[in-house]
Amino acid sequence: MTRHDKRKLTDRVMMGLCAAAAVIGLGWLTLILGALLYEGLAGLSPAVFTEMAPPPGEDGGLLNAIYGSLVMTVIAVALGTPIGVLAGTYMAEYGRHSRLTVVVRFINDILLSAPSIIVGLFVYELMVTRMGHFSAIAGAVALAILVVPVVVRTTEDMLNLVPNALREAGTAVGAPRWLVIRSVIYRAAQAGMVTGVLLAVARISGETAPLLFTALNNQFWSTDLNAPMASLPVTIFQFALSPYEDWQRLAWAGAIVITFTVLGLSILARSLTGPRRER
Amino acid sequence: MATHDAVQELAVARGRSVTRFALTDALFHGATRACAILVLVILGGVAISLLAGSWTAISQFGFSFLITESWNPVTERFGALAPIYGTLMTAALAMVIAVPLGLGIAVFLTERCPIVLRRPIGTAVELLAGIPSIIYGIWGLFVFAPFLQQTVQPAIIATFKSVPWLSSLFAGPPYGIGVLTAALILSIMVLPFITSITRDVFDTVPPVLKESAYGLGCTTWEVVRRVVLPYTRTGVMGGIMLGLGRALGETMAITFVIGNAHRISPSLFAPGTTISATIANEFTEAVGDVYTSSLIALGLILFIITFIVLAAARYMLMRLDARTGG
Repeated sequence: MTRHDKRKLTDRVMMGLCAAAAVIGLGWLTLILGALLYEGLAGLSPAVFTEMAPPPGEDGGLLNAIYGSLVMTVIAVALGTPIGVLAGTYMAEYGRHSRLTVVVRFINDILLSAPSIIVGLFVYELMVTRMGHFSAIAGAVALAILVVPVVVRTTEDMLNLVPNALREAGTAVGAPRWLVIRSVIYRAAQAGMVTGVLLAVARISGETAPLLFTALNNQFWSTDLNAPMASLPVTIFQFALSPYEDWQRLAWAGAIVITFTVLGLSILARSLTGPRRER
Repeated sequence: MATHDAVQELAVARGRSVTRFALTDALFHGATRACAILVLVILGGVAISLLAGSWTAISQFGFSFLITESWNPVTERFGALAPIYGTLMTAALAMVIAVPLGLGIAVFLTERCPIVLRRPIGTAVELLAGIPSIIYGIWGLFVFAPFLQQTVQPAIIATFKSVPWLSSLFAGPPYGIGVLTAALILSIMVLPFITSITRDVFDTVPPVLKESAYGLGCTTWEVVRRVVLPYTRTGVMGGIMLGLGRALGETMAITFVIGNAHRISPSLFAPGTTISATIANEFTEAVGDVYTSSLIALGLILFIITFIVLAAARYMLMRLDARTGG
C-alpha cells in the first residue's frame, strides 16, 4: 500500500467514525423519545389533567402536581426575571467595560452550570431552617435562583447586539440614558429577551433537585404558599421509584407532559431569534 | 415683560426636569448595579451557607471525613469517600465515552455534513440537552437498565470471566443499575453540551487556514487533526471541562440508576452512589444534626469540585474569545 492510499484510508475510517458518532447521537434521541412516547401515551388520559394524585391502587391524575409546578414556575420567573434583566442591563449598558462586569459575567457563567441540588441546599439553609418547615415559596426562590443566570446571560448578549447608533440617536434627541434603555434598547432587543425568559422557564420546569427539600411534595390539593406543595418533577420522582404499577404509569404520563412542555418552549425560544449559541 | 417671565418659567421647568431625569438615571443605574452585585452575592451566599451548614460535620470529623468510607446513620459515623469516588468515577467514565462521540459529531457537522442536514442535526443534538434530567432517569430505570441487565451485562461478564484484570472490573451479578449504567446515562446527557460548544469553537477556525491545508493536498482528517484541533485546543478543552462540570453535579438521572450503595466496589456493575445522589436520596430523611450536617458537607465538597472545574472551563473559553475577538 502506498503512502497515498494509507492517508486516504485513514481519512475514510476517521470520517466514517465521525458520521457514526452523529448517527449514535441521533439514535439516542430517537430511543429516548420513542420510549417516552410508547410508555407515556399509554398512561396519558384526560384524567391526568383533571384529577388529584391518587393513593396507590386507585385511579387519578396529576392535577395538584401540575398546579404546583405552574405556581412555583410563575413566582420564580416573576422574582428572577427583573433581577436578571437589570443585572444584564448593567453589564451591557452602564458598566460595559467595568471590572465588575467581567467578574459578574464569570460568576454568572459558573452559576449557569452549577449543580442545581446545591441551590436546593442553599435555599434549605436560607429559608426552610429559618421558617421551620418546607414551603412552596422556598421552592419558588430556589427556582428563581436558577432563572437569574439564564436571563442575565441572554439579556447581556441581546443588548450587546443592539447597534450603538440607536443609543446615540436617543441621546442626541436629549433623552436621558434610562429612557433610551427603556424605550429604545429594550424594544430593539425584545425578542431576544423574551427568548431568555422562555429558556429559563424551559430550564426550571424540569428541575427536580432544587425542589426536593424546599417545596418537598404534597399528596393533596394545596394552594398555601407557606406549606409544602407538589410539583410535577418531584411527583414523577416519587411515583417512578414506588413499587405500584399505576403510580409508575402516572409517572410516565407526567414525564411526557414535562418533556413536551420543555421541548415546545425551547423550540419556541429558538424560533423567536433563530439559532443561538448556548454555553 | 410677560414673555420674559414665560421664558424664565420655561428655563426653571427645564432645569427641574433635567434634575429629575438625572435623579431617575442615577436610581436606574444604581438598581442595575445592585442586581449585578446580587449575582455575586448569590454565589457568595451559597458558599457561606454550605460552610455554615456543614460546620458540625467538619468540626466533628475533620479531615477524616474525606477519607472514610463508612456511612452509618446509626452510629453517626460519616465519611465521604464512597460518594466522592462514585462522583469522580461516573463523571470520568462518562467523559471517556462522550468526548470522542461529541468531537466526532462536531467534526461531522462542520466538515462533512451536507448543508441541508447541518441545521436539523445540530438542533436535534441540542434538544437532547433540553430534556430534563428526570426523564433520563425514568428512561434509564425502566428501559435502559433492564436492557443492560438482560442482554449486555451477562454477555460482558461471560466474555471477560477468565481475563484476570477485567473479570473483577466486570464482576457480576448483573443488577442492571450501577456505576456503569449511571456513567452511560451521564454520557448521553453531557454529549449535547460538548457537541454544541466544540462545533461553535470549530467554526471559529478561519477558512483560509483550512483551505491552505486542503490546497497542500491534505485529506479532511489531516485538516482536522493538524489544523482545526491545534487551533481550537483551548476552546475544546473548555467545552470538555464544561461537560465535566455538568456530569459531576448531575443529580436526578443518577439517583434513579446508581443504586445508592455506600461502598466502593471494584466492579463497574456494582451499585454505588454519588455526592448528589446521596443528598437527593437521604436529605429529607436525615435525622439529627450530624447526619444533616454531613450531607451538607457533601454538598460543600461538590460545590468546591464543580466550582474549580467550571471556573477552569470558563477561563479557557474566555481566552479563546479574547483571541478570536468574539
